[in-house]
Formats: sequence, structure tokens, C-alpha cells
Amino acid sequence: MKKIFTSANESIFDLTSNVSIMSGGFGLCGNPENLLLALMKKKVKSLTIISNNCGTIDHGLGILLKKKQIKKIYASYVGENKEFERQFLTGEVEVELIPQGTLAEKIRSGGAGIPAFYTPTGVGTQVALGGVPMLFNENRDVIKTSKIKEVRKFNNRDFVLEKSLNADFAIIKAYKADSFGNLIFRKTAQNFSSIMCTAAKITIVEAEHIVEIGDLDPDTIHVPGIYVNRIIQGKNYKNFIEQRTVISKN
Amino acid sequence: MPLNRKQIANRAALELKDNFIVNLGIGIPTMVANYIPKNISVKIQSENGILGMGPYPFKGEEDADLINAGKQTVTALKGSSFFSAADSFNMIRGGHINLAVLGAMQVSEKGDIANWMIPGKMIKGMGGAMDLLVNTPNIIIAMEHVNKNNESKIVHKCTLPLTGKHCVDLIITDLAVFKIKRGVGLTLIEHANDVSIEEIKEKTNANFVISNNIKNIQFN
Repeated sequence: MKKIFTSANESIFDLTSNVSIMSGGFGLCGNPENLLLALMKKKVKSLTIISNNCGTIDHGLGILLKKKQIKKIYASYVGENKEFERQFLTGEVEVELIPQGTLAEKIRSGGAGIPAFYTPTGVGTQVALGGVPMLFNENRDVIKTSKIKEVRKFNNRDFVLEKSLNADFAIIKAYKADSFGNLIFRKTAQNFSSIMCTAAKITIVEAEHIVEIGDLDPDTIHVPGIYVNRIIQGKNYKNFIEQRTVISKN
Repeated sequence: MPLNRKQIANRAALELKDNFIVNLGIGIPTMVANYIPKNISVKIQSENGILGMGPYPFKGEEDADLINAGKQTVTALKGSSFFSAADSFNMIRGGHINLAVLGAMQVSEKGDIANWMIPGKMIKGMGGAMDLLVNTPNIIIAMEHVNKNNESKIVHKCTLPLTGKHCVDLIITDLAVFKIKRGVGLTLIEHANDVSIEEIKEKTNANFVISNNIKNIQFN
């Protein structure tokens, strides 16, 4: 089966409104810039997004948010985007805030065929007890909150039951891909991307470099190609930096 | 004199021990890395997927693919490793991190902490804080003693939604250092030079006992 597609737009041919999408990246690091741009241009709407963050006003998932293409987002931290805050507080977007490690495990276990798991994270907080605001109305009143979750004791300690996550699509940026879809990420750009490849029905990867089968050392592969359905050549990377912190040479 | 932010970070760095793996939160906690005692070796883990994080890069050497959990450009030291979010939280939730330094909006006298939401005002999310609090044996809170409205951030009971329950071991502020026995209570063990115990009592909305051994806050 041919996995290489010629353009971002071609690779999302069957991605329509109302689907769920896992989007790789941590802040703006390791974002699938080409695929996000293609989604924006395709004007698909009512998307459910699973991603650690929601970009900034002008970058990352922020470009879909700005065009009001997102209906619901699952994330752990959304504090860098004023437009996001505005849409959340006025009821334009629904949000499920999830502790970062629980989000990672929901995705990992979703890809591993495990429907739910017990974790200590969130015990004694609204994450387990319920009450985290999820949806506001236009008057900024909370109209939907998270539900109470099952808590069970193991070895005399409380753990909360969390359900796994899967999605219709994953959109991923990799450093290198071969034509089977074996992937290598670079530095901290891996973050949620490798696990997201495993948890979606269709995983679409944009790679900085596409290489021949056999060019990647099997010992160094982060994601085996079994999880990857489509590959495109990424281009024109902006590689935005949110917090440019440096020291001077003197 | 109350401590400035750098001095709070400096005092917190004294809690690090040789060979510790540590995770540093955003704000004052990030600055702790600048004051690690020279005679010990520690590795810094950042939850976005790096163990062995180094200082900020030289100007012109920033790499968009190499950031910390605060989304700041950083460097990787010799012997460092990169990994997925699932692996990162295996380290964190699995109890493999020795110590974490975090900021807080409120800490209770029993060691509860609130730092992720102000209902009706601010909902940014908890990020990795809740995971860090469940199985890390040393949780240090480094923060200002009072908030912008001059209210004590150390309280009998948190009024803000909790990030974790009975999980804090030490609070370091600009005025004082408190040890916490998780689930039990607070002991004042250090005060800033020229800050009286009376002033600390007045600015602390929580019960605490005073150590027989109370000292001035020391730092390097």
C-alpha cells in the first residue's frame, strides 16, 4: 500500500467536519504545521481536538481556533492563548482539562487496546470528585462540569478510574520517515506525537525528511511504521518559539 | 529583610542532594537551577520529555525542537535523554523523581496545594502538576508568602480547587521556611533575617508550631 501522498491537502481528503483529531506537539514544539494549515484552508468545522495545549493566537492549533473550527478540546494546559480563553468563557468551545500524565496514559492505553486504567493522579481533587468547568454559556455561567469518577483502593490507597482516548485521525510532525512510516523524532519534539500515532484510526505524518526503506537504523526508530497510514513531505517550517530564553556569550 | 525571588530559589536549592533527579516548575522554581550547590550532581527532568536539561542556550543557538515544560528554549547536557510524554510520566507518576519544586496559589497547613484554577477568573489547566504531586517523595513549594491582595497564601484550608491533597513537605517563602508533616501540620523552622516571628504569625493564616531550633534562613 502506498503511504506517500503528494500534498497535505491530498492526505486529508477524507477528513471532514465533526471528526476527532489527535494533534502532536507540546506548545508550539513539534507541531504538524503543514497539516494544520491544510485543515484551516479546508474549513472543516466542529472538530474534536486532543492535544496537550491549544497553540497561541496565531500559531499551532490557534489557527483553527481563530476560525472557530474547534468544538471541543481535550488538553492539560491552555494558558498561552487569550482567544482560547475568550471562546471557552463565552461557550464557543468545550474543554476537558486532564492532568498531563493522565492525558498521556489515556492516549498510550487507547493505542494499546486498554479501555481504562486506575491512576493516583487527581485523587482528592475535582478531577476525581467532579466539578471541573467544561462549558460556559454566553453569560459566562458554567453549564457543564466534569462528572465524579470511580475510585478504588489498591494496597490501601485510592486510585481513580480514567478512560482511554482514541481518535479518527492523528496529525503528526516527525523529523525523519521512511516510506513504510518508520519514524524518528528530534529532541523534545517527540512529546505526545509518538503515542498519538498508535491511538488513531488514520495517522497522517508530515516529515522534515523522507528517506528510502533501509536508510533508518532499526535501533533508533521511535515509531514502527505499522502505526502510520499516510506520509507527506513537510515544508516551509516556521519552527515558532514561544519563550526565547538565551544567555549572552560574555 | 524579606528574601527576593532569587534568594527564595537559592534557599530551595539547598534541599537538593547528590544524585537527585529533580523537576522544577515555572517561575521561582525554574530559577533553582541557577543555585545548585557546586559539590553535588543533580539531573533536571522536564515533563515535556527531557532528562538532563542544561541552561538556556547562547544567543543564536536556540533550537525550536529543544524546550522545557515552560516552553523556554534550553540545552541538553552530556548524558541527557529525550522521550515521549508517556515515558516522562512513567518517571513522574512512577515515583522515580526524587524532588520537585513548584509554585502555588495556596498551601494548607496539612500540606494540600492549590495552583491550577481560580473559579470564574482563571482556568489554565493543571499541566503536569497533579501527576508530580502523587508519588514524588520531596515536594517543595517556593512562593511569595502573600498574594497580590496581601492575603496569606498559607492557609488553614485551601479555598481554591486542589491540585493535590496532603502532599507538600516544605514551604519556602520570602519570610519563612515551614516544614510540613503531610496530613498533620506545620512547623516554622526558619525566618528571614530581621523578619520577626510576630510578623510571620500576623501574615500566616494557618496554625503552626515553632521549632525549638528556629534559625535565620541561610543560602549560598
